[in-house]
Amino acid sequence: MNIRYLSIWFRHLLTDGYALQQPGLNNIPFVMASPEHGRMVIQAVNAVAEADGIHAGMVVADARVIFPSLQVVDAKEGTEEELLNLLAEWCLRYTPDVAIDLPDGLVLNITGCPHLWGGERAYLKDLVLRLRGMGYDARAAMADTVGAAWAVARYGKITPLIENGGQKETLVTLPPAALRLEQVVTERLHKLGLYTIGSFIDMPRSTLRRRFGPEILTRIDQALGTVAERIQPIRPMPPYEERLPCLEPIRTAKGIEIAISRLLEKLCLRLYREGKGLRTAILTCHRIDHERQQISISTGRPSRNTEHLFKLFELQIPTIRPALGIELFLLEAGITETLTATQETLWNATGSDEKAVAELLDKIAGKVGADKVHRYMPSEHYWPERSYKEAVSLQDQPATAWRTDRLRPVCLLPRPEKIEVSVPLPDYPPLLFRYGGKPYRIVKADGPERIEQEWWLEEGLHRDYYAVEDEGGARYWLFRAGHFDHEQSGWYLHGFFA
Amino acid sequence: MQAIKKEKLEMLRREILCLQGLGTRPSSEQPPIKLGPVLNNMPGKVFPVGAVHEFLSPTLAASAATIGFISAVISFLMQSGKPCLWVGMRRTIFPPALKVFGIDPDRIVFIEVAKEKEALWTIEEALKCKALGAVIGEIKELDFTSSRRLQLAVEDSRVTGFINRLYPRSLRPTACVARWQILPAGSQTTGGLPGIGFPRWRVELLKIRNGKPDCWQLEWSDNAFHSIDSSVQKMVSPALQTGVA
Repeated sequence: MNIRYLSIWFRHLLTDGYALQQPGLNNIPFVMASPEHGRMVIQAVNAVAEADGIHAGMVVADARVIFPSLQVVDAKEGTEEELLNLLAEWCLRYTPDVAIDLPDGLVLNITGCPHLWGGERAYLKDLVLRLRGMGYDARAAMADTVGAAWAVARYGKITPLIENGGQKETLVTLPPAALRLEQVVTERLHKLGLYTIGSFIDMPRSTLRRRFGPEILTRIDQALGTVAERIQPIRPMPPYEERLPCLEPIRTAKGIEIAISRLLEKLCLRLYREGKGLRTAILTCHRIDHERQQISISTGRPSRNTEHLFKLFELQIPTIRPALGIELFLLEAGITETLTATQETLWNATGSDEKAVAELLDKIAGKVGADKVHRYMPSEHYWPERSYKEAVSLQDQPATAWRTDRLRPVCLLPRPEKIEVSVPLPDYPPLLFRYGGKPYRIVKADGPERIEQEWWLEEGLHRDYYAVEDEGGARYWLFRAGHFDHEQSGWYLHGFFA
Repeated sequence: MQAIKKEKLEMLRREILCLQGLGTRPSSEQPPIKLGPVLNNMPGKVFPVGAVHEFLSPTLAASAATIGFISAVISFLMQSGKPCLWVGMRRTIFPPALKVFGIDPDRIVFIEVAKEKEALWTIEEALKCKALGAVIGEIKELDFTSSRRLQLAVEDSRVTGFINRLYPRSLRPTACVARWQILPAGSQTTGGLPGIGFPRWRVELLKIRNGKPDCWQLEWSDNAFHSIDSSVQKMVSPALQTGVA
């Protein structure tokens, strides 16, 4: 079979991609620029700005002189590749072999595909019109070789369809730049007056090699098809997704359970083969009345344990309304993470224990909500409310030791509660305090321990803490905010000692 | 002859305790919980692990004392390296303070639930998990049925459960192995120095299956319980005094 290639050129790839997200920029001249040697250099120009004489490589300041109201957007590195990847995935509907051609094009191996669209012309028209409909200024060309298709897509003026073996006739009229040569070589060819490929393509090969290097020969051969050129097709990652269509609509909880366990088996087998574990999964039930029901689970650490995942789903089965019946189950793993067979231990429990705890916590989180499960780590602050922080994950280990040098209450009120006190002297512990309408007579006291507010985090008064014990032996943590003669000074109860 | 009979009886008693899910099997590698004189009143002179203990806290201060006592007890249970779960409706625990009781606060997972029903469900699920060292639940009410469920859960997994009931309304019997009331007691400093000494509690064992209820004063210092000899007056605890039943 005759191999055919199609090359697509996106004339304003970056700006078109950006304008798709910001439709307001559609008919306004704008450029994308990034800093280079301390000045902003234009990286991409949209069609409107190009018509005004602005081109890539200009300094933004110069462009502003030509066009004062020019809009400038920051260009991010790697955007081209992202955009091209998306476009390449979209192009998979035309052929299974799509390769990215940086910086601004795609190459498609369309061998055996165009007849499905009713011939090459219809195929090309459909592809280009759809891309233009999406908002990309695209040009495409078809030829027997990648090189010829590339050249015609960018420099061709007559027809984008190059017949079988017609590369040479087409190429001879095109400028040397159409051969994908280096800038230096192209400039040298221009200096020597070789304005078209035709003016040097028939020169002796040894002469060309001597004057312009070996690259020009390779490029000519590639364009003519005497040397094979390979493309690197993209391989889109198949999503972690399993489907289970049902012959009869499912209406019972038992049926749903069977469906879930079957789907999980298939999904976990694939996860096992790829050494992954899932963190989130969504089960979508498509009902016969075209309604959808969804339940989702999440795990604290990657898992591919069918039984455990099933238990998590099982808790939510009662929330599914099957109505007339479910005809299709779809299980997707939203987030997956690498899961090696032996993970480092959590705390210092044995491996199986650790897994059991993680699974228990997943179950609890599934029932009461993941935001209700907390683990705390020491934090290096004296201010009591900031002396501990939430752990990021179950595997988190404390970076610093827990402090034990200062006495701290086991129960801390969520916010200090105001109390009335009688104090014999300033900076003395109180003799008596009244909390919740009841008086407490203090017999023993320790303190004060002054804790300053961390002014770089929060404004406020310092606290003078006293540990006191009443007649009954109950121990309390009291503090006075600010100095005793400060107008906002006041006494508070903050906690209970064991 | 008498001696043989006595030995036989002792053995049979121990066996019955094991069957009731209370005794410790000789093979258990659980580190002993050193509770001093309290152990004399326990069945088989060991603290019943793999059971649910109920604590009554009539006031916030008593709740703090109870938490201190429970933390001290679970520090023995957590020596095996197993984590611990703390289930409550509203967290008032100040994690850094637990270090004094010999626990690494980062090895405790706190779960704050919205409803009492959810708390009971979580406690039950946690008690079924063999990988945990202990489960502490802070709830208000515990009826016989739910306490029975908890007891059944621990019989298989041998996890120890502690239920701290703040402001308990009903004092009806439960299936828990023991009912405690821990009240704060006046601390003493060494050498008559001013200030506050080590935490000291009035430990009242109100009910214990196959044991003898009694009352002690215990102090926690240097990661161990110390008994205070001073004769403890047998006072009626405030919760019982009110006559709420």
